[in-house]
Amino acid sequence: MLQIKNLTVSIHGKPIIKGLNLEVKEGEVHAIMGPNGSGKSTLASVIAGREVFDVDQGEISYMGKNIFDMPAETRAREGLFLGFQYPVEIPGVSIANFMRTAINEKRKYLGLDPMTGAEFLRLMEEKKKMVEIHSKLTNRSVNEGFSGGEKKKNEIFQMAMLEPRLAILDETDSGLDIDALKVVANGVNKLRKKDNATIVITHYQRLLDYIVPDFVHVLLDGRIIKSGNKELAMELEEKGYDWIKKETANDAV
Amino acid sequence: MSDKNDHILEEVSNAEYKYGFYTDIEMDQAPPGLTEDTIRFISAKKNEPDFMLAFRLKAFRHWKTLKEPDWAHVEYPPINYQDLIYYSAPRKRPKYDSLDEVDPELLETFEKLGIPLDEQKMLAGVAVDAVMDSVSVGSTFKKTLAEHGVIFCSFSEALQKYPDLIKKYMGSVVPYTDNFFAALNSAVFSDGSFAYIPKGVRCPLELSTYFRINAANTGQFERTLIVAEEGSYVSYMEGCTAPIRDENQLHAAIVEIIAHKDAEVKYATVQNWWPGDKEGKGGVYNFVTKRGICKGENAKISWTQVETGSAITWKYPSLILQGDNSVGEFYSVAVTNNKQQADTGTKMIHLGKNTRSTIISKGISGGQSNNSYRGLVKTSRKAENARNFSQCDSLLLGDQCGAHTFPYIDVGNRSSIVEHEATTSKISEDQLFYCLQRGIDMEGAIGLIVNGYAKDVLSKLPMEFAVEAQKLLSISLEGSVG
Ligand SMILES: Nc1ncnc2c1ncn2[C@@H]1O[C@H](COP(=O)(O)OP(=O)(O)O)[C@@H](O)[C@H]1O
Ligand SMILES: [Mg+2]
Repeated sequence: MLQIKNLTVSIHGKPIIKGLNLEVKEGEVHAIMGPNGSGKSTLASVIAGREVFDVDQGEISYMGKNIFDMPAETRAREGLFLGFQYPVEIPGVSIANFMRTAINEKRKYLGLDPMTGAEFLRLMEEKKKMVEIHSKLTNRSVNEGFSGGEKKKNEIFQMAMLEPRLAILDETDSGLDIDALKVVANGVNKLRKKDNATIVITHYQRLLDYIVPDFVHVLLDGRIIKSGNKELAMELEEKGYDWIKKETANDAV
Repeated sequence: MSDKNDHILEEVSNAEYKYGFYTDIEMDQAPPGLTEDTIRFISAKKNEPDFMLAFRLKAFRHWKTLKEPDWAHVEYPPINYQDLIYYSAPRKRPKYDSLDEVDPELLETFEKLGIPLDEQKMLAGVAVDAVMDSVSVGSTFKKTLAEHGVIFCSFSEALQKYPDLIKKYMGSVVPYTDNFFAALNSAVFSDGSFAYIPKGVRCPLELSTYFRINAANTGQFERTLIVAEEGSYVSYMEGCTAPIRDENQLHAAIVEIIAHKDAEVKYATVQNWWPGDKEGKGGVYNFVTKRGICKGENAKISWTQVETGSAITWKYPSLILQGDNSVGEFYSVAVTNNKQQADTGTKMIHLGKNTRSTIISKGISGGQSNNSYRGLVKTSRKAENARNFSQCDSLLLGDQCGAHTFPYIDVGNRSSIVEHEATTSKISEDQLFYCLQRGIDMEGAIGLIVNGYAKDVLSKLPMEFAVEAQKLLSISLEGSVG
């Protein structure tokens, strides 16, 4: 579904991603872990099509197509979803209106008729239940005055509404208490299907108690320096990033 | 004494003139230039009562003593008032035989606005086939209004049929001495609309739909006069979301609204004059004087405007709260894009006790445009316990546009409270990317964000116009962000 080969990314001449390889197949959940500033959000942004970053080298293919041939909105309509680390406020635009616009844009792209008001409301009610969000939240302006937890839940709600093929969740767990964390994880698990995939970007191992990944990758200074399974996450939690730094340094020698 | 002299002079010259151009009366256009003769020509052409001509001439003589204002934050080459044509007969014949002959760009905009085909034809000046019988639509409308004693007609028609009402109210809110453009309009105004709601009547229709169809024919110097008698109610909508191109560059309209005791007037206007090309060439200059007065106790005027057009807009609608406990509300969205310049604002004048007013102004600037807002809130010595709340927000869509806010507050007594808040924000790259990532393209994203920003104002518009205005905002801002 997603294939990244030798990706090199910089911003204003400063290299951030330095030769990164990753393959995500249908049905898989990948976790990307790494300390602050290692390039996790940058990677997510580049996959989603943010243009401030310069892709200096490498390839990304998504659903068999060169992802750089598609503008950000096309990638989204092709089923790519990014749960933002810092969701932005859009004053005066209700979540309901925002989602309806998004869904109908996607439907138009797919050659389908727009959803009627009634259909849309039904879908929204169903998904609200699924991700356990407060029913009044969708009347409020997108992220305006939301608590940290509400913002993150809103991202999961939008993911549920858009039913993506590939979802990238950028630190959706940070700042959440354990209850909110469970809700978020639950949402992700319910949406997990054979033919979609998820990349969970996180700082902490604790999310991975609830969302069990098939693969764990450690991102450090723009490179994936180690990949493994769930055990790697636990080891990392125990021994810290310094351990892995040393270990890879030794490997290199 | 001098008044009397004036009068005699008028009569004499009038008579001479009538005779003088008798042969010219068949002309569809006044020759370029502005003299007393031009004014007599217009008045005679429209077969106006004498008081009207006298009013025009007084206004003209006053205008000649005035200088064009230059304090606004706009720049334009000097207008040669002697080069303009001040009267041309309304086009009786359609300009085109079919929509195929109309500028495709204009049609595209109509499409985007979702204007029905028949209305598109009317707006573009295409001959309309028998399917849409606008005359009968108009007459059912008129019949309903007549049953309630509501008058709603063109200004010219009102001058013929209700001269006393016109004489009583015209110029009572915006006197011809008010300003340069008001004096000019008073001298040469071409036509406009008149609405009169009798005592205790709740106008059964929104005075809007019908008007829109006719809006394409509005002239260069229009006048609107709305009178709401005691205890009456009316919702009045004027303007047009469709872009209006006009070979006349200068537009100087006057709007006067009078709300008597316990009356309520909701006045909404959507204006979308041709702003010119990307360089601002050929756009309309819109210099307007609009004012309402809450004359009696508990009167209420609520004013909503959405402004997207014109190369240059110079406009300060104001409300005078004279009656005790009267209420004024003003909600405005002004969009400027490309090289457009707007200097707008509002004046809220509190004269009566316990008068309350709210101002919400939302400016949106894109391209290299300039959007200035001036707000004056004044409470007089007698306006005890007057209250005002003003919120003036500017939204910038790029780095090359400008927004300026100039609040003027003049409080004349200790018991009144005037609050002013102002913010300037930018559409951020983060907001746009958030939308793009959800599958909404750039155009849609800007439309969504801008409409969200303007929601407080748009929600005051009558439903059908709110929907159109939303689309209009999106369209006006196409290509506004790099
Ligand atoms: N817009 C930007 N401008 C300049 N530097 C940036 C920008 N975005 C990210 N960076 C830099 O790139 C590096 C990686 O950031 P980021 O991808 O956000 O890391 P992470 O998500 O792993 O914490 C950091 O050094 C950060 O300062
Ligand atoms: Mg990050």
